[in-house]
Amino acid sequence: MQLDLAKLSVREVNQFLHHKLRGSGINRIEILNPDGNHSIAAGLDADVAVEILGHAGYFIAGMNKLASVTVHGNVGWSVAENIMSGAVRVKGHASESAGASGHGGLVVIEGDASSRCGISMKGCDIVVGGSVGHFSAFMAQAGTLVVCGDAGPNLGDSLYEATIYVRGKIHSLGADAQEEELQAADAERISHLLALAEMDCDPSEFKRIASARSLYHWNADAHQEY
Amino acid sequence: MCGIVGLLVKRDELRDRLGQLVTPMLECMGTRGPDSAGLAVFHEPLAAPQRRFGLFTAQAAFDWQAFHAAFTRDAGGEGSIQCVDSHAFEISPIAVDDFKVWLRKAYPAVHLISVGRSIEMYKDEGHPGKIAERFHFAELTGTHAVGHTRMATESAVSPAHAHPYTAGEDFCLVHNGSLSNPYSIRRKLEARGIAFETDNDTEAGCRFLEWRMREGDTLEQAIETSFDELDGFFTFLMATGDRMVLVRDAFACKPAVAAETDDYVAVSSEFRSLAHLPNIKTANVFEPAPEQIYSWTL
Repeated sequence: MQLDLAKLSVREVNQFLHHKLRGSGINRIEILNPDGNHSIAAGLDADVAVEILGHAGYFIAGMNKLASVTVHGNVGWSVAENIMSGAVRVKGHASESAGASGHGGLVVIEGDASSRCGISMKGCDIVVGGSVGHFSAFMAQAGTLVVCGDAGPNLGDSLYEATIYVRGKIHSLGADAQEEELQAADAERISHLLALAEMDCDPSEFKRIASARSLYHWNADAHQEY
Repeated sequence: MCGIVGLLVKRDELRDRLGQLVTPMLECMGTRGPDSAGLAVFHEPLAAPQRRFGLFTAQAAFDWQAFHAAFTRDAGGEGSIQCVDSHAFEISPIAVDDFKVWLRKAYPAVHLISVGRSIEMYKDEGHPGKIAERFHFAELTGTHAVGHTRMATESAVSPAHAHPYTAGEDFCLVHNGSLSNPYSIRRKLEARGIAFETDNDTEAGCRFLEWRMREGDTLEQAIETSFDELDGFFTFLMATGDRMVLVRDAFACKPAVAAETDDYVAVSSEFRSLAHLPNIKTANVFEPAPEQIYSWTL
């Protein structure tokens, strides 16, 4: 089935996806002419494959549950923000805050993700084929960010219990993020996520970044210096 | 918010279509800035010593022909005027300072908003769609253009507070973001005899960069200095007679997207406003990185 955004509004497309899918037997939908529109396929709660054919705007597939959304192009800010389950794949590049605050499910960016990728993630997994920009995984609480390329400045600043794996260069780590030794369980985790993302890299080439947990408790003697 | 747009065409045949291509970009970004809008288009330079003096007045039904007659009578020469609504462009070989002196004395309610051999600029209060219609943006021709749609956050909504801002000759800047230290920049520049026309933060950024260039910096050097001197958020899109230049601050929280083909380079706050451009589906579309200077020359 095809829905054409040159003929329908985003609201009409999303209302169809929200209310008409269940029990319809439709399991695959193509969305044509996204033309950078925002919020396409946001708020899905059905086991359906949605293919967005072209560049899309902000908040694509936000709050996704169960659905598998693929964008055949680039996306703007906050793709798959607050994803709960299912999978969101971007074949091109993603602008900032990809997978922001995601609770579960898988986010795959085949190209680069820019700044704040995985900011405040709460349990989702994010795999980036290219590089991530500054302040990625800022205050990330749970889940895994796998970066096959490089990471920009302040990676993992104020990190909680999410884990970051980076294959390329790390420009700099943020406050309280530290590099740790890669264990067998890490390699297994990376391998599993790369397989899900359909990417082929050697898990042993990744660095593990996790929280040093020195910010967990207020230290009055630190004089705001960390 | 605010919206910025820019388009530089690489093929001469596309110059006639500059306005037609850039106007939908500007109108689309009206959602990001409905308060006021502006567009600066650049042309092949006028032969020296001719300059295009861009003029604005808030007076309704202003008689630009009487203005031109008075100017010709007082300043002499073979000048010409082209007028559109609240704007007019006087083309004259007069020195810039002499023009300013004459204007202040003869027509204090008319403002000089742009000057140079290449620039033609329009800006006014109102929805970008209406502004584009009033000034016939779609019919404009030229080599490159930068435009702005403003959602005012830090100073008044008025024609003078609309972007682009200009300083010096053939230089203009549009800004998405907000500067935190425009007053300290302003005090520093005023002490050097640089006059301001508004209390707007972008004017401080624009005049700072133009001052650095007048002091001998290249635009790149001026921008590098601005990383240390300007505090706040900015995506700046600038144009000179032969260039379009984009830069974002270190945090890059004000958006920008660029698209390049063999025919053009287009910049906008959102991809949405580029979707109508020819061959956009196969263009190289990318997000400009923080603190990197992107410069496209004719």
